[in-house]
Amino acid sequence: MSVTSDHAGRQAAARAQSIVNDVVITVATSNGTGSQSANLILMRAIFDMGVPVGAKNMFPSNIQGLPTWFTVRANEDGWMARKRDADVFVAMNDESIAEDVAGLQPGATLVVTKALAGHVKRDDLVVHVVPFDDLVSQVCKDARLRKMVVNIMYVGVLAHLLDIEMSAVKGAIHRQFSRKATAAATNTEAAVVAYEWAKANLTPSGARVLRRSNKTQGKIIIEGNEATALGLVFGGITVLAWYPITPSSSVCESCIDYLDELRRDPESGKPTYAVVQAEDELASIGIVVGAGWAGARAATSTAGPGISLMSEFAGLSYFAEIPAVIVDVQRVGPSTGLPTRVSQGDVWKAYHLSHGDCKHPVLLPGNPQECFEFAAESLNLAERLQTLVFVLTDLDLGMNSWMSDPFQPITKPIDRGKVLSAEDLERVGQFARYRDVDGDGIPYRTLPGTDHPLAPYFTRGTGHSEAATYSEKPKDWKNNLDRLVRKFDTARKLMPRPVIETAPGASIGVIAYGSSDMAVKEARAMLAARGVPVDYLRLRALPIDTEVRDFVRDHRVTYLVEQNRDAQAASILRLEMPERATAVRSVLHYSGLPIDAQSIVDGITEQEAMS
Amino acid sequence: MTAQSPSTPKPAAKVTKTNRLGLELKVYKGADSTLCNGCGHDAITNAIIKSFFEYGVQPHRVAKLSGIGCSSKTTAYFLGRSHGFNAVHGRMSAIATGSNLANRTLLNIGVSGDGDTASIGLGNFLHMVRRNAQIVYVIENNGCYGLTKGQFSATADKGAVQKGGDVNQMTAIDCCALAIELGCGFVARSFSGDAKQLGALLKAAIAHPGTALLDVVSPCVTFNNHEGSTKSYPYSKEHEDPLHEIGFVPFFEPIDVDYPAGTTKFLELQDGSKITLQKLEHDYDPTDRTRALDLLHKANRDRHFLTGLLYYDPSAPPMAEQLNLMDEPLATLPASKLRPAPEALAKVMERFR
Repeated sequence: MSVTSDHAGRQAAARAQSIVNDVVITVATSNGTGSQSANLILMRAIFDMGVPVGAKNMFPSNIQGLPTWFTVRANEDGWMARKRDADVFVAMNDESIAEDVAGLQPGATLVVTKALAGHVKRDDLVVHVVPFDDLVSQVCKDARLRKMVVNIMYVGVLAHLLDIEMSAVKGAIHRQFSRKATAAATNTEAAVVAYEWAKANLTPSGARVLRRSNKTQGKIIIEGNEATALGLVFGGITVLAWYPITPSSSVCESCIDYLDELRRDPESGKPTYAVVQAEDELASIGIVVGAGWAGARAATSTAGPGISLMSEFAGLSYFAEIPAVIVDVQRVGPSTGLPTRVSQGDVWKAYHLSHGDCKHPVLLPGNPQECFEFAAESLNLAERLQTLVFVLTDLDLGMNSWMSDPFQPITKPIDRGKVLSAEDLERVGQFARYRDVDGDGIPYRTLPGTDHPLAPYFTRGTGHSEAATYSEKPKDWKNNLDRLVRKFDTARKLMPRPVIETAPGASIGVIAYGSSDMAVKEARAMLAARGVPVDYLRLRALPIDTEVRDFVRDHRVTYLVEQNRDAQAASILRLEMPERATAVRSVLHYSGLPIDAQSIVDGITEQEAMS
Repeated sequence: MTAQSPSTPKPAAKVTKTNRLGLELKVYKGADSTLCNGCGHDAITNAIIKSFFEYGVQPHRVAKLSGIGCSSKTTAYFLGRSHGFNAVHGRMSAIATGSNLANRTLLNIGVSGDGDTASIGLGNFLHMVRRNAQIVYVIENNGCYGLTKGQFSATADKGAVQKGGDVNQMTAIDCCALAIELGCGFVARSFSGDAKQLGALLKAAIAHPGTALLDVVSPCVTFNNHEGSTKSYPYSKEHEDPLHEIGFVPFFEPIDVDYPAGTTKFLELQDGSKITLQKLEHDYDPTDRTRALDLLHKANRDRHFLTGLLYYDPSAPPMAEQLNLMDEPLATLPASKLRPAPEALAKVMERFR
């Protein structure tokens, strides 16, 4: 096929009615082929054109050979939540091709590698067959590298089909391979060859195009886990103990890199921190609790199976009142199956982890900026409250790429909580480890190594008096439990406040948390367009405080949007305000994929229609 | 006191009853024991009190750690002027690792039992050994679960008879052999009834910068002191076979005893203290790892209750050194050292633009 003037004319006509800067591109490859680099380059090229972009990687728990999908959503208005349907689909994987093609909406554009073209039997798609294998052979003499280099070629083809600037593609390639000059050159050449081939042979439908904009100026693209890691580094972590687990490993790996770079003592050149990769999650939380007891700002990061193992120590932290931080990057369920898929299914577990009457403060960051801020603040809260604090993120927030404003330096001073030094003890002349001196439920503590006769005390989980002596007296224990409730009420006031967005005339409210935020915001815009204004409270922590109560009280009905089956956060709210229990309804999403706006709109619309 | 070591007879000290810090023995005592009368653990508690007193350890520098079980209760019975942490079952080794990371200037002493260390906490224990965290790790080994009324533990010998008559058919876990295998630089076995040996070993362990393991057979008078038990008082007394006679010469005292030439070995500890090993029937070199393992394998095969310093290797770098930790505790670093400058954040942010 060659480009004729007639062809060019049709193209121009089509583009006059194009939808600009609103497209969802999905790429199907098999994992372990290096497609992730090409996908990030695609995303970065669009971002560098000034068009807001978000990316979701739907990958298997596997190193090589299983189907994987990567979705890039470019949207001028900044909507970056997952959208159910792709406008442009690139099919490179023989294992998933049948399902991939069957799942496309009529009118979608399909780019398919020639070897798989025979699988495409639909006539309601715009199909572009590309001889990727032939093209890659031209540029890549080394047969072993072809399965990797071929990926950048679909980026070249997409550049033609969607008007992505090749200069942006080239820039993104050089950024991606900044330390590998040969790879950068090969990939650039391959992208150009594919682009030129597409230009000469493919007529874009023109339904959707990308145009340079200015909506990404000053923005960054970052994964939530990296933001969390930076939060710990700037929050003053001193001991990190961890055990690898998807999807949280990159929190600790990033943390190790940034600690190495940023946290060296200027005088001695030695690290101002310690990191231990432990043998299991029992040990990682044990190390954190041991370090917290001895005065470190200690944290670990894990996922659902990890917090199950950490359960006993969580209770010890609660009852013995030892600072500790667990970052839980939530994923689906136990064992194997969907460890690489998202869920918000650890809310209950985190809030009440362990046995006995345990309650833990839980921070719920909703974007990378908050991953950074809350991770830093978790270390303060753990020491201030002398208890375990959770930072609860999820796989979508943690491992996918998010556009964000650059993080601002943390101005709040590092808070070491109520620790009595030898000088303090000399001055006050008394010390009882578990006495509520200030009426806020938070006792004072001393650190091992404090050189004062009043300093030492004996730490045990249950059965202690105010003075930390062994006690099985009912009164002592009940007093202790009641004080812990006072402490938890103090925590309510110290947690990040919810963010409330109102709409004129709204009688219904929506509450959501974590990675659902972007989908909820988009859903609100969609509902508003249908004449249904909705107020929105974004929960940023548990336990709740007055704002949440007021919000639920002030709305006819409140829909709690969350990504789990059992309405976990809604149940906590209903327990906190039984009088409004029936006014809290749920919109639930639990397929393993990130939540999308349409699901929220449908969930609210259906329930409103029934009431 | 003189019974502890041939090198510490200081008549003046006897009169004042203070150690080199000017502290009296009572400073090193704790709450009264609530264990059964005659429990081997109480003898170990007394040995710890005496050893820390004689070595002259600053009580505030000590962190007493334990898991769960009769043995783990004992940290309340010594060193009342030190911080203590009775943690959860089997996890004392993780707590010790954390304590060591947070404040490397602390001296961790952990007391655990055979259930705590060899069963529920075996994995964590072995990995702590691999890391070589600083701790004087005492296993009060009675071959049974005392606090839950006498079930077999994983250190019960094959063929040992439970109080109710059951015979253990499984191979015993030898924590000393495992520790040597995994690079532990200080591994000893002792008997709660041998206060002299235990005292010398404890003081040497205090001076060791990494993990020092003391597996101390400590009979349970209530549930495992009967005929057929291989961890009873009568059995242990009858079968104990010391590899050598151990003494300890602290760095602050001169060697003022004449040791018979050719029959005494001196092992230098990092702080300048010395372990003296006087030859008995065995001609044993505790610095030979292969030999130590061979000896233990044979002893286990032959039901031989060998005690003494099984293995010593001061060369393994302790965890704090492996991690290049600062000299001052991480726990008390000033805020200025904990948060990088705002410019550092701006620089990092640039990479994501």
